[in-house]
Amino acid sequence: MNNILFFAHLRDAVGRDSVQLDASGKTVAELKQLISDKYEAVNLEHVMTAINEEFASNEEVIHDGDAVAFIPPVSGG
Amino acid sequence: MNFYEISKEPIIIQEVIDKVVQREAGAITTFIGTVRELTHGKKTLYLVYEAYESMAVKKLEQIGQEIKERWSGADVAITHRVGRLDITDIAVVIAVSTPHRADAYEANRYAIERIKEIVPIWKKEHWEDGEEWIGNQLETVAYPKGKPEEKDLNE
Repeated sequence: MNNILFFAHLRDAVGRDSVQLDASGKTVAELKQLISDKYEAVNLEHVMTAINEEFASNEEVIHDGDAVAFIPPVSGG
Repeated sequence: MNFYEISKEPIIIQEVIDKVVQREAGAITTFIGTVRELTHGKKTLYLVYEAYESMAVKKLEQIGQEIKERWSGADVAITHRVGRLDITDIAVVIAVSTPHRADAYEANRYAIERIKEIVPIWKKEHWEDGEEWIGNQLETVAYPKGKPEEKDLNE
């Protein structure tokens, strides 16, 4: 299983800060598609992804137990 | 000592500065980011900052590491606040010490620019007529490949 984390406007759109689902074997792009299909209000087009707290490309493959976070463009500072 | 922190409590500037005091330093620069009332004429009532805390600390550490590679002898400490902040409150404090002053200024500027690129922290602006997460709608920074390019990470 994988813990999928949402922040900022994505959390508002999904309605919760995380969901559990099995994404092992999927690429980041495939997971994005799956999430977009499930939550119509969620647009992941310009959203970065982190796997286990490191930025990951759309081609990267997710493994069982990986924590996947969707990172909207940041606005700290 | 924790040189890189996300804080739910108000930041004590002196504590951040004290972390970079070193005998080799000839300069310490301090950047203090504060909550501005007016942005393009629009009045902010207050802000809420949110962080992906564990990753944010890692990315602050990465920025510190990048600085140490570029400016020899630098020490770096960064604390970023989260939660509700009112106008004039301190959102971030960056302290950099180096042997010579020019490096301390440059490295400190580098740190704040990098924070705005790679550290997972978001602010929600609250106005009289609404609220909005900043960073998503403006799309001033988009990552077409899903993550920062090498140049985004290294410049």
